[in-house]
Amino acid sequence: MTNFTLVVNGHNHVVTADPDTPLIYVLRNDLGLKGVKLGCGLEQCGACMVLVDGKAEMSCSAPAGSFVERPITTIEGLGTADDLHPIQRAFMAERAAQCGYCIPGMIISTKALLDKNPDPSEPEIRAGLADNLCRCGTHGSILKAIKRAAREINT
Amino acid sequence: MSLSPSLIRTPELDAWIKIHRTGRLTIATGKAELGQKIVTAIATIAAEELDVDPARLTVITAETGVTPDERYTGGSNSMEESGTAVRQAMAHARKRLLEMAALELAEAVGNLIINDGTISGRSNDKRITLWALMGGKSFNYTIDEEIAVKSPDAYRIIGKPVTGLGFAGLVCGTTAFLHDLELPGMVHARALRPPNYLAKLMDVDDRSVRAMAGVIAVVRDGSFLAVCAEREDQVVRAASKLRRLARWDTTERLAANVNIYEQLKSNPRQSLLVVDGVPSDAPVPPQDLGSEQRKTLSATYLKPYHMHGSMAPSAAIARFHETGNLEVWSHSQGVYPLRSALANVLGMAETQIKVTHAPGPGCYGHNGAEDAALDAVLVARAIDGRAVMLKWERDDEHAWEPYGSAMRVEMKAALDGRGKISGLSHDSYSDTQVARPGADGGFSKLLPAWYLQEPVAPPKPQPNRAPHGGIHRNADPIYRIANKRIVKHLVEALPLRVSALRALAAYANIFALESFMDELALADDQDSLDFRLAHLDDDRARAVLEAAAKTANWRGRANAEGAGQGLALAQYKNQKAYAAVVIDLRVDDSGQIDLQRAVIAADAGQVVDPEGLRSQLEGGLIQAASWSLKEEVTYDSGGITSRDWETYPILRFADVPTLETVLIDRPDQPFLGSGEATMGPTVAAIANAVFDAVGVRLRQIPFTPENLRAAAAA
Ligand code: FES
Ligand code: FES
Repeated sequence: MTNFTLVVNGHNHVVTADPDTPLIYVLRNDLGLKGVKLGCGLEQCGACMVLVDGKAEMSCSAPAGSFVERPITTIEGLGTADDLHPIQRAFMAERAAQCGYCIPGMIISTKALLDKNPDPSEPEIRAGLADNLCRCGTHGSILKAIKRAAREINT
Repeated sequence: MSLSPSLIRTPELDAWIKIHRTGRLTIATGKAELGQKIVTAIATIAAEELDVDPARLTVITAETGVTPDERYTGGSNSMEESGTAVRQAMAHARKRLLEMAALELAEAVGNLIINDGTISGRSNDKRITLWALMGGKSFNYTIDEEIAVKSPDAYRIIGKPVTGLGFAGLVCGTTAFLHDLELPGMVHARALRPPNYLAKLMDVDDRSVRAMAGVIAVVRDGSFLAVCAEREDQVVRAASKLRRLARWDTTERLAANVNIYEQLKSNPRQSLLVVDGVPSDAPVPPQDLGSEQRKTLSATYLKPYHMHGSMAPSAAIARFHETGNLEVWSHSQGVYPLRSALANVLGMAETQIKVTHAPGPGCYGHNGAEDAALDAVLVARAIDGRAVMLKWERDDEHAWEPYGSAMRVEMKAALDGRGKISGLSHDSYSDTQVARPGADGGFSKLLPAWYLQEPVAPPKPQPNRAPHGGIHRNADPIYRIANKRIVKHLVEALPLRVSALRALAAYANIFALESFMDELALADDQDSLDFRLAHLDDDRARAVLEAAAKTANWRGRANAEGAGQGLALAQYKNQKAYAAVVIDLRVDDSGQIDLQRAVIAADAGQVVDPEGLRSQLEGGLIQAASWSLKEEVTYDSGGITSRDWETYPILRFADVPTLETVLIDRPDQPFLGSGEATMGPTVAAIANAVFDAVGVRLRQIPFTPENLRAAAAA
């Protein structure tokens, strides 16, 4: 175990962990950021997405130590129930969640997509969410939510 | 007959409602929230019946000793059972509250109105709230099923868009799933499953693992092996090391040398004739396709093993108290049956065990939830009273969950001189469709129990005799057909572990029947829609079929190179929601199917939460499309080989069609369960559309390019 510093949701955190521990365990168990979900641990489902350098990255395998000096944003860093991010508001408005387990990952991928391309076409949206799986079949509502979020952000 | 079995089990009014002095109300349901939004529906029903703002309500769900026992959350029964029970309970509470208010306000009951919980009369301006009348008190009544519920004409909330509950937590990541719970002093565990069902643990030199940082215990009982550590990252490391050290005897192999569809036909089986949806002991008669047989047709349809494939591997928390009592948190669909199953294996009294439902990822039936609960208990029993969070890994869930059974369905029918079906024969071959744990006597359906030093074996499956139950679910067509011979075959000694997966056998039976309806129609140059309507008396079935066809601009057979349209219809279990699906798709030269548009028309009786209903129907369609296009559990004699999302691919955003859903609201009709209604029609509509597109009849799921090319070559 060693000490190292991670910048998460705008704050510096000194963590004591083995630097090869997958980032997700540090985020969830040391920093209490349980909105980051573990779905497979194999970089195959996107449930564990976080934003790093503006890109959506999976946090379930990459070692925590490799994120030093690379600021991380998790779902908790986007908005709260009293102060929702427009993407979160759009997901709520479209009721884009069944069990909801995949949703934090979906929202993080959406954020990365819209930051890069504020007015994506439908195929671009689908491509932007290509790494995210949803077993409940909420895709239809999620697509609507992303279009709504893009509209809101652009007006 | 009682309105709901839940009212027979829990007739006490106070079990369903508590009115607090603060102006808040607690409504209890024994069903669990699985993402199907039952909490929103229950809150809406209760708020409507009592005339209070839904924001005043807290709905509590499945918890032994706290909520009513409503058995499993499954079978599309929650609205019919819990929705109906809550509505009746609230109607009784309302009547009682109005009688009390009438005395207080010196007003006739008929002159009273309730507005967000405040009761007022016509003759004076006195008013009183529900909480002033009842705050903290008990009703002490047995629910009277004769009391009339509110008439739909008087509705203020139902029929309008409803605010979904619980969404803020889901989009902010603050909803605590079971996997996220932290109990004081909680430790973490992993169970290490054998390489396959039949392998046995020979030995494991666990000294180096015990010496690892944070490791509390390695738990071994027969072939059950688990490890427990202070922190989750420590247990993950310890488990991966232990996995390398465990030595398994793998001499026994899975029966993978004979094709599963052959085994379904040749293995020992019990065959039962199904009459009016009910299996009987009458001798199975030979096929009789009617006296006038102008044309006969037969076809065999095949469905592989499918997984539930929850987005998170199963998990559970267990804790023993000093008293010896056990507390369990589980994402099981049935907390009371799980309590019975645990008591059974552990030799404990049910009263010593408390099981609380905590949200999990969507489960779509019986997945690993209950098994993980016993895993956690076995570890908790071996340590010192601390709470144990035990999680499965992706590989465990993929390889050990009880799959939806493989099936073989053989159809045969004849057409008469007027182009009508003169007789139809339907044979469904399958393993059991339901192996949910419960009070199983000297047996257990919990996986870890089978591997203990003193194992508790699973019971031998018996044929499900419930109306429209397991293997025969939706085998009986809703069409008017004179000579029907429907037979269910419960096949034994099949290789993989199975249990309830969304829609059970309805998915394969409707695939067969609704594909075969098209085969019959097209063999006789009839339009698929007209052919169905000509055999359909049920007006509600006709209405959904016509609505779907109209919305999708049904065009009939077009021979448009590579582009196809297909439709299918079913009433789930012949007694729940009606759903018709029309699919538009394209098939490219490689045999790749691209779903373009899907239209659903559904009648689920009275609609309480239209958005919730729509998402259940559409979610079912997308999941069924995934099963149909991509999914098949693979295995060889060494065990399961589809162990992650690469070896078991599912539908992705690129594959999803645009969706359009038409809801036919029937405010004067009872609720009809909808969560499984679109699964069957979806697969058949896809197969029918593929035939329309390229003239290839798909009779084997999944519809991969390889299977499509094989069907084209056949
Ligand atoms: S949990 Fe990281 S991709 Fe699945
Ligand atoms: S909403 Fe359940 S997995 Fe996506």
